[in-house]
Amino acid sequence: MAILHTVNKSPFERDALESCLKHALAGSSVLLFEDGVAAAVDGTAYADQIKGAMENVSLFVLGEDLKARGLGEHKLIDGITVVDYKGFVELAGKNDTVQSWL
Amino acid sequence: MKFSILINEGPYQHQASDSAYKFIEAALEAGHEIFRVFFYHDGVNNSTRYTVPPQDDRNIQVRWSELAEKHDLDMVVCIAAAQRRGILDENEAQRQGKDGDNIAPGFRISGLGQLIEAGIQADRLVTFGD
Repeated sequence: MAILHTVNKSPFERDALESCLKHALAGSSVLLFEDGVAAAVDGTAYADQIKGAMENVSLFVLGEDLKARGLGEHKLIDGITVVDYKGFVELAGKNDTVQSWL
Repeated sequence: MKFSILINEGPYQHQASDSAYKFIEAALEAGHEIFRVFFYHDGVNNSTRYTVPPQDDRNIQVRWSELAEKHDLDMVVCIAAAQRRGILDENEAQRQGKDGDNIAPGFRISGLGQLIEAGIQADRLVTFGD
């Protein structure tokens, strides 16, 4: 069963992303939004963990929240897909269920 | 596809109300159905009509009422969470001996069963919170 995991908190604030990546099965999708977008930036202490996870799961980031925080798309970890709210809705529909890591 | 939305965070607290609103707009735009929007925990604070944010700020509460009217949304507020936070409709205000109610147009107060039903009836339940 394909699951869309959503993470809305920065990994520097909460361990939601870490828990999410530990639980997400191969073939799942993870969407970073709100403060969670901080994790999508390359070169942070969490970048290697995310790159490792991307061998099994697909990473997405909400472009609007990235932009609101002054984080340009050129700063992202390679392979992370930027989506808008339309893309968020599509991801929610495409997966069988949505798990929000609050 | 049918979506239900759960909002667990108050307006102006962080970003959940804004994210949920934009998700719902995008879902409706794409032709999906919103089965129900359920407000729980501090999320019930989205439903008081007494909010008066500065004029140059978005009015989150009014925005919900307008969206509900435009798209005939079913917006349900958890009764126990609402009572703890002073959110009352006319019936509850009378029953509790309070001098007035404050629920905004488009919202209705009901129980957690409505959340369970929202989860069962919709194809996807998407949660926004803190």
